[in-house]
Amino acid sequence: MSERAKKTADCHGRAHAHGTFRNVLLPIFAATWLFFQGNISASAPYLPTDDSQPLEQLPVVGNRELRGLRALHAELAKHPDDLALAVKVATKDIEAARSMSDPRYNGYAEAAIAPWLSRPNPPVQALLLRAILRQAIHNFQGAMDDLDAVISSDPRNLQARLTRAVILEVQGHYAESLKACLSLAILADDVITTTCAASVNSLGGQAKESQAALMAALNRARGDEDPQLLLWALTVLAEIENRIGDDASAEQHFRRALAVGTHDAYLLGAYADFLLDAGRADEVRSLLQGELRVDPLLLRLALAEKMLGSAELAKHVDDLRERFSVNKLRGDKSHQREEARFTLHLLGDVTEALRIAQENFGVQREPMDARILLEAAIAADMPAAAQPVLDFLQASGLEDAHLQRLASQMTRAER
Amino acid sequence: MKHFILLLCVLMTLISTATSPVLAHKSSDSYLSLRVDGERILGQWDVALRDLDYALGLDLNDDGVITWGEVHRRHEDIASLLLSSLKLRADGKICPARSSEHLIDVHSDGAYEVFRFAADCPETPLELQINYDFFFNFDPQHRGLLRLDFGKDVQTAVFSPLQRNWRTQRDGVDFLRTFVAYVNEGIWHIWTGFDHILFLSALLLPAVLTYSKRRWVAVTRFSEAFRNVIAIVTAFTIAHSITLSLAVFGYISLPSRLVESAIAISVIAAALNNLRPIVQRRLWAVAFIFGLVHGLGFANVLIELGLPKKALAIALIGFNLGVEVGQLAIVGAILPAAYLLRFSWFYPRIVLSGGSLCIAMIATVWLLERSLNLSLIS
Repeated sequence: MSERAKKTADCHGRAHAHGTFRNVLLPIFAATWLFFQGNISASAPYLPTDDSQPLEQLPVVGNRELRGLRALHAELAKHPDDLALAVKVATKDIEAARSMSDPRYNGYAEAAIAPWLSRPNPPVQALLLRAILRQAIHNFQGAMDDLDAVISSDPRNLQARLTRAVILEVQGHYAESLKACLSLAILADDVITTTCAASVNSLGGQAKESQAALMAALNRARGDEDPQLLLWALTVLAEIENRIGDDASAEQHFRRALAVGTHDAYLLGAYADFLLDAGRADEVRSLLQGELRVDPLLLRLALAEKMLGSAELAKHVDDLRERFSVNKLRGDKSHQREEARFTLHLLGDVTEALRIAQENFGVQREPMDARILLEAAIAADMPAAAQPVLDFLQASGLEDAHLQRLASQMTRAER
Repeated sequence: MKHFILLLCVLMTLISTATSPVLAHKSSDSYLSLRVDGERILGQWDVALRDLDYALGLDLNDDGVITWGEVHRRHEDIASLLLSSLKLRADGKICPARSSEHLIDVHSDGAYEVFRFAADCPETPLELQINYDFFFNFDPQHRGLLRLDFGKDVQTAVFSPLQRNWRTQRDGVDFLRTFVAYVNEGIWHIWTGFDHILFLSALLLPAVLTYSKRRWVAVTRFSEAFRNVIAIVTAFTIAHSITLSLAVFGYISLPSRLVESAIAISVIAAALNNLRPIVQRRLWAVAFIFGLVHGLGFANVLIELGLPKKALAIALIGFNLGVEVGQLAIVGAILPAAYLLRFSWFYPRIVLSGGSLCIAMIATVWLLERSLNLSLIS
């Protein structure tokens, strides 16, 4: 394959990674077929005419792991009393949901452990998995209840303690989160504890110290860390550096995190935000070209396209609008942060954006949640609406160059 | 070959800029839209092929791609799965549905089966009850998004594992009909809910006696027994009305297993109190405290029935009143007989003690069943 052809194949997903005939060509056949049949644009029910017409590509294509998972589910259906198997299946489902950003796998995981959760004393493993699933749909209180139950019967459960620390941080409870992080010290690797603590501390007024501590821990590391862990540590580090305005280091660590080679939607989103702030929209476009299935990433792509004046923007805005409206129909509020950004920056509906941002800030309080609420309040010219954010910044001592800029812009406007 | 790939890739780009929706990764939803037209309900139900494949295994040749041939050869299976997962009732009577058409559509996350069907109700529905039970066992995060065109309004609802039933009235709610329907439900629930009957019986049996000096003595006047009964029934009613309302309006929510177990405990406690009385004079207080628990049990039933949004208060009052009527019928059955038999030697020993012992034993079995999720007696 020539370099050029390789690049072109790259632009469509995992072609390069797997390089199988099926993976590249079949979806293309399907799309071309639909194109010539003129059906896909109709978006009205139709009757296909040819038996061989491909309608849907399942995620198992070219993914041996997922095929195995299907077999495991069948096995589980035959042995519903096998707890170890149920836990294994659910864990693999959750991993699949994460690596592909496909929430349907979270649903399958929930089904796998459901029989155990309806028992009077659900086993610890099942509760832990439910906590992770609840966290994924932003049911933080439910997740905390499960985690507390897990920890009280299994105090040395690392995953439970770590998940607990992360949720507390997302909710803005930094003191408690830090305590949870420090409780990891006797159970876990230095890198885990330090990343956890640095992540929290950096939000509570000790950004520089946290950066230094995390760098030191990464330098001390033996180099045989779990890739997932390394990716997490590097992402946290890059985000800290982004907030304190050390863009060169942030860039370097984002790139190192990407080089770990594990597909991670969160990292891609964080890096895309970094690039957008730096006005590097064309890089965002090439970074996210193959990530259109993931709502938060499509949002970043559309924001980049807006900066670039791209012709694809209108279509992506339509797609996002449809996706958010479907989420709303099913009562899913886990993407409100993105929805507020979408409503403000791409729809220009300031009032609605402010409403969503306010509701979101009541649930989660990461810097990006604070930021979108500030932006919406400024756009709506309603400084009072931003007061919770200003109070929060004051109370936490959060250092974030972008937030500080917005906050001072707001106070200037007030004067 | 490389030119071929290049060409197709260019084509792909063309398509994605021109027409195709960008497919999303999202949780599983189905889109059910129903239109009531006289006695007939016309339905269209869009279900993701991916979900149907997960439930039925559509991908016959296992190549990861679902073709039209693989779908249409399974139309019968798809129809029977879908029709068995959806029950439509008009005013309590089932409206049998049959499939009319299978099409394909594309939604934000991929291709969907478009299943069209028609259901014929025995008469023009005033109240429609929908029971949706599709795919939850494979994916509890699945949601059924309903759009119902009924009379003048369009209504929407979301089905989930915790909300599989939904009922609604034609616009211009027929309050009287709703009210009567819920009174019936209330009566029916008391009559079929054996635990409430036993609880009340355990409290009512000693109402014709008083406990003094470690033995039961029959009351002399009917008015005395009647006062006891009134106090017990009133306290029970007030208590369960409180928790029933709080639960229905969403202020409290406890898992049904906990509530059902607590109800069993209340029956045991009431029965044991007859064998070795701890509370003697203030049985109404016992009725009140446990009544709070029974109210939560009623609420679970009521919520499971599906509540009409527009006539929530009417339904609540109707159901409560139905429960009262059911209770009074129990009182009417027990009190006269107990009063007549109160002087006999066997009333305190056989009826009260033996009866209470039986009640306690039955309730113990319930408690074990409910708290441990066992099935000891079916």
